[in-house]
Amino acid sequence: MTAEPILQASDLVKRFGESTAVDGVSFSINSGESFGFLGPNGAGKTSTMRMISAVSQPTAGSLSVFGLDPRTHGPAIRGRIGVVPQEDTLELELSVRLNLEMFGRYFDIPRAVLRERTADLLAFTQLSERANDRVEDLSGGMKRRLTIARALINQPEILILDEPTTGLDPQARHLLWDRLYRLKREGVTLIITTHYMDEAEQLCDRLVVMDHGSIVASGTPRELITHHSTREVVELRFNTDSHDGYHDRLAPFAQRLEILPDRVLLYVDEGDETLRLIHQEDIAPMSALVRRSSLEDVFLRLTGRTLVD
Amino acid sequence: MLTRTLPQFGSRRSIRIFERNLMVYRSQWLMLISGFFEPLFYLLSIGIGLNHLVGSVPVGGRLVSYATFVAPGMLATSAMNGATIDTIFNTFFRLKISHSYDAVLSTPLDVTDVALGEVWWALARASLYAASFIVCMVLLGDAGSAWVVLCWPAAILTSFAFSAIGLAVCTYIRSWQDFDLVTIVQLPLFLFSATFFPISLYPRWLGAVVAVSPLYQSAALMRGLSLGVFQWVMIGRAAYLAVLALVGLRLASNRFRRILTP
Amino acid sequence: MSTPTDTRLGWSRWRRSWWYHATYYAQTWRGSVAGTVLFPIFYLAALGVGVGHLVSAHSGLVDGQTYLHFIAPSLLATTTMQLGEGESLWPVLAAVKWIRSYHAAAATPLEPLDILIGKLSWVVTRALATGVVYTIVIGAFGALQSWWSLVLPLIGGLVTLAFAAPFVAYAASVQSDASFIVIYRFAIVPMFLFSATFYPISAYPGYLQPVVQFVPLYHGVALARSAAYGQWPLLPTVGHLAVLLAMSVVGVLWGRRSLRRRLVD
Ligand SMILES: Nc1ncnc2c1ncn2[C@@H]1O[C@H](COP(=O)(O)OP(=O)(O)O)[C@@H](O)[C@H]1O
Ligand SMILES: [Mg+2]
Repeated sequence: MTAEPILQASDLVKRFGESTAVDGVSFSINSGESFGFLGPNGAGKTSTMRMISAVSQPTAGSLSVFGLDPRTHGPAIRGRIGVVPQEDTLELELSVRLNLEMFGRYFDIPRAVLRERTADLLAFTQLSERANDRVEDLSGGMKRRLTIARALINQPEILILDEPTTGLDPQARHLLWDRLYRLKREGVTLIITTHYMDEAEQLCDRLVVMDHGSIVASGTPRELITHHSTREVVELRFNTDSHDGYHDRLAPFAQRLEILPDRVLLYVDEGDETLRLIHQEDIAPMSALVRRSSLEDVFLRLTGRTLVD
Repeated sequence: MLTRTLPQFGSRRSIRIFERNLMVYRSQWLMLISGFFEPLFYLLSIGIGLNHLVGSVPVGGRLVSYATFVAPGMLATSAMNGATIDTIFNTFFRLKISHSYDAVLSTPLDVTDVALGEVWWALARASLYAASFIVCMVLLGDAGSAWVVLCWPAAILTSFAFSAIGLAVCTYIRSWQDFDLVTIVQLPLFLFSATFFPISLYPRWLGAVVAVSPLYQSAALMRGLSLGVFQWVMIGRAAYLAVLALVGLRLASNRFRRILTP
Repeated sequence: MSTPTDTRLGWSRWRRSWWYHATYYAQTWRGSVAGTVLFPIFYLAALGVGVGHLVSAHSGLVDGQTYLHFIAPSLLATTTMQLGEGESLWPVLAAVKWIRSYHAAAATPLEPLDILIGKLSWVVTRALATGVVYTIVIGAFGALQSWWSLVLPLIGGLVTLAFAAPFVAYAASVQSDASFIVIYRFAIVPMFLFSATFYPISAYPGYLQPVVQFVPLYHGVALARSAAYGQWPLLPTVGHLAVLLAMSVVGVLWGRRSLRRRLVD
């Protein structure tokens, strides 16, 4: 794994008319790394992905991919990356195999080479048996896998995945993760957007959290947790309609306390110890749960709990 | 070659869009073939009945049978319909419903390649249809002279103009309902472009309006070619269609860029 | 599914189903309403007046009528046929496959037959409106010649039903729209051209004339012409009516079956 940046963005801005989708973000991604963009809907992840995949033009800022400027070297850059867009954009009328072969033609790959690669990729994504079926008849998970196979047809150096597993069942997600690991081991640089915390923790070496078009935090998953949360979380549920009344009684036990409609969260370093102390004070929750702090806690802390759309 | 002098009109890569369409339509050959028959049915129907009812029509100082008069107009119409159906309807589907172009744009292809590629496709189809139509014209005795072979390039030029305009129109369509509006424009073009009766039947001012119709220019051009009557004005007609084609393609490319890469 | 309520005539369910289709249309009417008014004007001006001018210069009367008188009723018949087709193929496949709005309707107390009847009665409603507009436009061109012309809209409605019913049934039974364009080009267009629409059936060679009588639209054209001229030869009229009614009935029975398969089974 070399440490030289394969992609660099500074003060990247994207505006659509009056509204600003991406508001001056800077990041740099190393070759062979797997890099995540985390954020709620509307944070500007897709807009960022579209700029780095040389499809949409940045409004301001500078961007370099493989040392090239996407504004002037679009075709050259696109020839070396693979893109899994947020929505599948497969050719519904064509068979699975033809989807791959046709897509490869856009990269000027000779047919003989394509036939071989198609067979390999179908095996890789476990679609060989459906090779001749129409895409229309595939399940959601299969379509997603096919989209990933398609993105790999040009043997890209960077693979950009925009919410690769949204809407998939757990089996399909784990299969996809496994495939992405393998690609990473082969040296492909992965850029992933997601709003699944477990996915980010599983897949990303480093990640940034985006909100309202800006980067609000960055680091490795572990760093983010240490930085923005505590080691453990205690979740308490009381037999009551409103947990508000417990705020003052529980506050002394935690570094940070969050009252939700249905439960209370205590951010602490030693969960079991905290729970013991609470019981000593004769506070009797209906249920109690001690868990390790996760990226989800970081995420909610940074981007808030209210729905964005 | 067009692509070298005017790079904003797409590159050599546009041929991949042609390839893509070839692949998609391979499974729909019946639909492709059926396109041959529609204009043929028109020719047959006119030959059976209207030909006798109408008798002969004066064209360029000559009296010709009604079928001979109408056939070039039908050829022009079928070039228009073929080009617009393919570009307006099918491209709308790919542009706004299935989003298949979004995937294309993540490859080295550019927006202008997409627009130009669709035009190549429309032209290839049109040249096949036009050739078969001209053969039918000759077989049914509706060709005015051997010069009718020149209708072939004229039909391709017509398709070029209408497919470029169709692409541009397609980008303004918001939903399926807007297709009703397309039909509202297309039907009068078909009926009033001096396809079924000579432009001389119109009052002078109305004739001037009809002359603006690209379908009229195309039909008049082909009528002259079919009869072997050559006039300078025919060069003007061809030029009119060529200009429409280039303007349409340019507009379509710009609009595609705005929609696909906002 | 056959509960006792199925067999009861469902006026109120049919009315609701009709409203459902009407409401759906109300959101998308813009272009097609303009077409309803403009297309008759276009057709009559171009073919009735324009081509009519050429015809009268050469042949005088056709079938004892001016060409405008001759062609006006047949254009009404072809238009209502196209309405029946256009409202049935793609929209119905969309409703049972892509948008699945018929599945939503079937999740209410509506039965497949109710949906079918609501759909057909709505399309016929539109055909009646189209027929009224057509008749007014024909009048405006000065081509009405008999009080019988007042039944032209009814004939338009019957023609639409005769085509819409089987087309709805067919569209509800297929998986893809691939065949629709073929139907259009090999059935609709030839019917439009070869139903003695633009010239009398006597223009065909003798051996072809019986063949033309097998073209379903021919019967619609013939009925419309009877109404416009105010001439109702008894046997042919009964025959034409029988053909169109038979198409409607077969279409409804077939449509009930295919909608039931699609929505309930
Ligand atoms: N083509 C577009 N035109 C106008 N606004 C857009 C467009 N694409 C995205 N936006 C807006 O930009 C913001 C960021 O969107 P997006 O990048 O899709 O976020 P995310 O992928 O994180 O959900 C949103 O407010 C969205 O409405
Ligand atoms: Mg997104």
